[in-house]
Amino acid sequence: MTSASPLTLSAATPDQGPAQRSAFADLSQETLALTRRLFLQLARRPSTLVAGVLQPLIWLVLFGALFAKAPEGLLPDGMSYGRFLGAGVIVFTAFSAALNAGLPVMFDREFGFLNRLLVAPLRSRSSIVLASVLYITSLSLIQSLAIMATAALLGYGWPGGAGLLLVLVTLLLLVFAVTALSLGLAFALPGHIELIAVIFVANLPLLFASTALAPISFMPSWLGWLAALNPLTFAIEPIRAAYAGSFSLQAVVLEAPYGDLTALTCLGVLAALALGLFLLIRPVLDRKLS
Amino acid sequence: MIQLDQLSKSFGPVTALDGFSLHVPAGSLYGLLGPNGAGKTTALRILCTLLAPDAGSVRVAGLDALQHPRQVREHLGYVAQEVAIDKILTGREMLRLQGALYHLGALHLRQRIDDLIQLLGMDDWIDRRCGTYSGGMRRRLDLASGLLHQPSVLVLDEPTVGLDIESRAVIWQVLRQLRDSGTTVLLSSHYLEEIDALADRLAIIDGGRVIAEGNPEDLKRALGGDRVTLRVREFSDAPESERVQQVLQACPGVRQVVVNRAQGHSLNLVVDGEAVIEQLRRQLSEAQLPVFSLSQSRPSLDDVYLQATGRTLRDAELEVAGIRDPKAERKQAMR
Ligand SMILES: Nc1ncnc2c1ncn2[C@@H]1O[C@H](COP(=O)(O)OP(=O)(O)OP(=O)(O)O)[C@@H](O)[C@H]1O
Ligand SMILES: [Mg+2]
Repeated sequence: MTSASPLTLSAATPDQGPAQRSAFADLSQETLALTRRLFLQLARRPSTLVAGVLQPLIWLVLFGALFAKAPEGLLPDGMSYGRFLGAGVIVFTAFSAALNAGLPVMFDREFGFLNRLLVAPLRSRSSIVLASVLYITSLSLIQSLAIMATAALLGYGWPGGAGLLLVLVTLLLLVFAVTALSLGLAFALPGHIELIAVIFVANLPLLFASTALAPISFMPSWLGWLAALNPLTFAIEPIRAAYAGSFSLQAVVLEAPYGDLTALTCLGVLAALALGLFLLIRPVLDRKLS
Repeated sequence: MIQLDQLSKSFGPVTALDGFSLHVPAGSLYGLLGPNGAGKTTALRILCTLLAPDAGSVRVAGLDALQHPRQVREHLGYVAQEVAIDKILTGREMLRLQGALYHLGALHLRQRIDDLIQLLGMDDWIDRRCGTYSGGMRRRLDLASGLLHQPSVLVLDEPTVGLDIESRAVIWQVLRQLRDSGTTVLLSSHYLEEIDALADRLAIIDGGRVIAEGNPEDLKRALGGDRVTLRVREFSDAPESERVQQVLQACPGVRQVVVNRAQGHSLNLVVDGEAVIEQLRRQLSEAQLPVFSLSQSRPSLDDVYLQATGRTLRDAELEVAGIRDPKAERKQAMR
C-alpha cells in the first residue's frame, strides 16, 4: 500500500481556487474537454463515422447507376442525373449525422453520466450542449466532405471557390437546425428507444419528400408542395446551384409552387429555422439541466 | 461544515426524507448508517446539489447550497453509489475530463493525477479502458475523480459495497488519511463494521430521519451494560435453559435474559458491569449448574441500532427488500 504526503490530500486553499480565472477560460476548458471525449469515443468506435459515409455513398452509386440512362434534357439545364443527385446526397449525409446528435446525450442521461457532469462546478451547463453541437457539426461536415470528394472522383463535379463556401454555409445552417431538434428530443423523450424510433421514422420520408432524388416538376402537386416546404430542399437547392457553377445569391434556385426562391431566401429560411428550434428547445434544456 | 436542516423529500407517494437534520463538524469522518431505503442516497444527492429538497436548508462551508450551487460544488467531491463511467475512455482520460470540469490547470492536473494514481494504487490499469475494470477498480477511479480538485468535503455513498478486500483496505486507508489532513468526509454505509471501524461520529437513519447521533463510543456507552453469552452445556434443551433463565433473572445486576433457540438454547444476557459476572458464576454453582462457556462483550453498534429502531439492521433490510423497484427509481433519477 502507499503512503501519501499530507500535501496531496489536504483540501485546496481558497486563494489557489478557480475564482480568479475568467469565465471564458473556464467555459472553453469544459466545452473542449467534453468535445474531446466525444471525439475519443468516435475514434475508438468509428462505425458511426463509417456507416455515415457508406450509406450516402451507396445511394450515390446505386441511384446514379439506376438513372444513368435517363434521357438527356429530362433534368433542368441538361444536367446529368449523377450531378443532380450529388447535392441531394451531400445534404442527406449532413442531415442524418445531425439527426443522431441527441443519441450520446440520451445515453449519458440513461447511464447517469450526466449526473457526474452536473455535480461538477461547470461555469455554464450550456457547455454540455455546446460540446454536442461542436462535435456533431464537425462530424457531419467531415462526412459531407468525404461524399463530395467521392462524387468528384465519380465525375459529378466540385463547386469551386465561392461555391464551396456556399455549400459549407448551407450545410452548417441545416446541421444547426437539425442538431437543435435532436438535442431537444434527447432531453424530452423518456429513453433511447423512443429517440431511435423518431430518428428512424423521420429520416427516409424527409429524404423522399424533398428535391434530393427528383425535381419538383416530376412530382404530383401534393408532393411538390411537401418538397417545397421541406427544410432539406432549402439546403439542397443552393448547393445544387453551387455545383452548377455560375450562381449568385440573388439567382432563383427553385421554382416552388408558391413562388420562386433565391439562394439567399433559402439560407434565410434555414437560419430562421435553426434559431427558432434553439429557442424552442431552450426551456426543455433549462429544465433538465437546472 | 455540513448543515442539513429539516430536509423533506417525497417521490410521489414515497416519503424518502422526513425532517432530516444533520450537522457534520469540519474535519470529521462522519458515518451515515441505515438500512436500504432509509434515505441515505437521497440526503447525499440533495447535499451534492443533484436534487432539490421539497423543504429544508442545505449549507456547506457556510454557503447556502440552494442559493449558490456552483460555489458549493467547488467544495464538494462526490463519489456516487452507482458508478457511471465512460467505458470507452481509459481511467486517465476520465480523470483528465473530470479535471477540466473542475477547471484545473494542465500542469497541476497532471501532477494531481500522478499523485492519485500512486495513492490509490492504480498504476497497472489506469491506461486501460474503463469497460474492462472490476468493481474495485471503478470505485478507486471514482474516488480519485472525487479527490482530483482537493475538495474540502468528500461525500461517499456506500463506497465499499461488494468490494474485494484489497480495494476496501485502500479506500479505508485513504479516507483516514484525508480526515487526518483536515478534509471533512461523510460516508454512508449499511455495514456496521465499516462505520464502527472508520467513523468519528455517526448518525443512524431510519425512515427518512436521523434517530440517533453521536460518536460510536458514546452511543455504545449510553446504551450501557455488558453483553454476556452463556451456555450450561454445548446443547441444552428448552426446559433446562428456561430453568437457568429463572435462576439468572433472580440475580441482582442482570437486566435481561433471553434464550436464543437458534444457538442451541444459549442464554444472552445484559448485565450491569463486569462485577456481576462473578456473581453469576457463584449463583450458578450454588444451583449446581455447570458452565460450558461464558463470553462477554461490550455493546456493539448493532445493539445501538436495535435500541434506536426496535429491530436489527438485518431485519430492516429484509423488510424493504421486496418493496423497492430499482429500475423505476433509476428512471426517476434520470434527468
Ligand atoms: N428517484 C426515486 N424515485 C422514487 N422513489 C425513490 C427515488 N429515490 C429514492 N426513492 C425512494 O426513497 C426512499 C429512500 O431511498 P434512498 O435511495 O435514499 O435510500 P438509501 O438509504 O440510499 O438506500 P440504499 O441503502 O438501498 O442505497 C426509498 O423508499 C426509495 O424507494
Ligand atoms: Mg443509497
